[in-house]
Amino acid sequence: MSKPFLQIKNLHAGVEGRQILKGLTLEMNPGEVHAIMGPNGSGKSTLASIIAGREDYKITEGEIIYQGEDLLEMSPEDRAHKGVFLAFQYPIEIPGVNSTYFLKAALNEKRKANGQEELDAMDFLTLVKEKMKIVELPEDFLKRPVNSGFSGGEKKRNEIFQMAVLEPTLAVLDETDSGLDIDALRIVAEGVNHLKGPDKAQLVITHYQRLLDYIIPDFVHVLSDGKIIRTGDKSLALELEEKGYDWITKGEPVTA
Amino acid sequence: MTPTMPDVIPDTDPRLTLFSRFEQDSAQPKWLMNIRKSGLARFSENGFPTLRDEDWKYTNIKAIAELPFKPVTELPASLPTAADLEKFHFLKASQTLLVFVDGQFAPTLSKLPPAQKGVLITTIKEALTKMPELIEQKLSKLSTVDANGFTGLNTAYFEDGVFIHVAASQTVEQPVHALFISSGKEAGATASTRNFIVAENSSHVTYLENYVSLGEAATLSNAVSEFFVGDNAHVEHLKFQEQDTNSFHIAGLYSEIGRAARVWSHSIALGAALSRNNIRTRLNGPGLQAVLNGLYLTHGKQLADHHMFVEHAAPNCDSHEYFNGILDDESRGVFHGRIFVHRVAQKTDAKQTNKNLLLSDNARANTKPQLEIYADDVKCTHGATVGQMDDKAIFYLRARGLPLEVARRMLMHAFAGEIIERVQHQTIREELDAIVWDRLEEKLATTN
Repeated sequence: MSKPFLQIKNLHAGVEGRQILKGLTLEMNPGEVHAIMGPNGSGKSTLASIIAGREDYKITEGEIIYQGEDLLEMSPEDRAHKGVFLAFQYPIEIPGVNSTYFLKAALNEKRKANGQEELDAMDFLTLVKEKMKIVELPEDFLKRPVNSGFSGGEKKRNEIFQMAVLEPTLAVLDETDSGLDIDALRIVAEGVNHLKGPDKAQLVITHYQRLLDYIIPDFVHVLSDGKIIRTGDKSLALELEEKGYDWITKGEPVTA
Repeated sequence: MTPTMPDVIPDTDPRLTLFSRFEQDSAQPKWLMNIRKSGLARFSENGFPTLRDEDWKYTNIKAIAELPFKPVTELPASLPTAADLEKFHFLKASQTLLVFVDGQFAPTLSKLPPAQKGVLITTIKEALTKMPELIEQKLSKLSTVDANGFTGLNTAYFEDGVFIHVAASQTVEQPVHALFISSGKEAGATASTRNFIVAENSSHVTYLENYVSLGEAATLSNAVSEFFVGDNAHVEHLKFQEQDTNSFHIAGLYSEIGRAARVWSHSIALGAALSRNNIRTRLNGPGLQAVLNGLYLTHGKQLADHHMFVEHAAPNCDSHEYFNGILDDESRGVFHGRIFVHRVAQKTDAKQTNKNLLLSDNARANTKPQLEIYADDVKCTHGATVGQMDDKAIFYLRARGLPLEVARRMLMHAFAGEIIERVQHQTIREELDAIVWDRLEEKLATTN
């Protein structure tokens, strides 16, 4: 069997002395879509942040191997260059930074790191116009500062748009569905489905099942109190939706 | 003398005795002498502000008070050369240029525009012969609101400055660029510049005030500009100050704005050991919009102070103040934003933000909003921040693949860019952007 694409082994991590992840283990193979569900405070966003390289968390035990390399040793920018992408739960507003300028710089940094030629303004514009169609964004979006004054839904769509442009190998979506209406949800899902490929994988973190009507996961994991307590296929998500998290977290007997 | 009294100026102080020059000058119109005298009286009554003065509590001007007082009364014999001028900004694109050296007009370095009907762009000295009634009627009418000694001194001693009159419905196509050069050869050399701008109803004009230095002496630039903006007029004013870091720069910007007018006033402070802008804006007619916008970048022991007073005297007016500072080393940024909303000024929309980015542990920012609202149906907001670069934003950029240094640079540029992007005139905005970008690159190069 070939090596897994992403291996998270017995990950323990916390912030300010508080332990959040308590032995999380997860494996993903190329071409797969995994969903992580779980109640608030179970550690979902912590996991997403750690994969992207946020430095606020202290890793006390365990490791993350991404395509055979130690992910935790890499800077956030190195991870991005190697194809890791986090769609933020709360995208940051950066007034004064033009969206086009930012995204072009990001894409070209990635291309440079991978020995590819940088795109010039014309080629970039062509690419961007094509990608904008996927997320149904108006073109004036690009002229505005990054996320500045965007509505919640616009920010989320902008994350998916950036993802479409950067074409990550490992995309992590941190509750991208929260606060979205059905139309926006469909657009977000479309963006993710566009990315799928035999050498890529997506990790979809969500609190609700409804996004998974549009992005069909190969595996659904339930995260509770810093650990994955159950793994199943997409029917697990439906069951969770129906019975609530208590059904699993309280350890009641279940018939699988 | 009790401790709360202003420091009394002794009768022998040259700031008082040198005034006899004007009294002996028979060419001074009587009304102008009266204005000058009232300025001198204001200075002698108030003296220099001290830290005990609430409006000056963060800005110690003792070093200015201790300078010798050497008003420059003639154009220096040796003028800056073309090569000297090359180091200054905004010159290439300037078709209309008025150059002043130590406050004195230098015609050989200037380019006055071809005559245009209804438009007079000249010096205030020249305008005193061409439009004396207008000046008599309006000069110093706005600046008297301010009981500060510097404005008093300027009013008493002013030599020359820019005069712009745009008649109703006229448009001045090219920006008017005034370059104020301090030759910086002698400590205490004082340029008392007086600018006077009248934009009548429905007129359009862009005016760039550019304060620079050649030498490194501790000079004083004490400028006052008065703006009379008519109904429906559009006026953009950019004050760019990049004087030597041994020099002192004090400026008063007084404006009165009419109904449905639009005004953009930008203050960019990069230079001087100490700079203080007293910005007094009176919103006089309903439905107008005023954007007061500023950026200060300081390092070493510089101090940059913006002291704002925005007075809403009519309903339905918007005043939006945005001031950002990037402070390095042991430098200081000071911002005081007073908004006064009169009882009649219903539907006021007053917004004020002051953001300070500290690049060093020893940099400091003092920021103080002050709202006085006497109308009941208004929207007034203010916000101030003082802090280091936003870690969350840096992480966001890095997570998209931008290396740490690129991310920092981008954010710093963005912080300045928020202000720069409000400049309406494209050529000026682009040049300003390049200047600030270079400054920040230098900064990053030295902090690494």
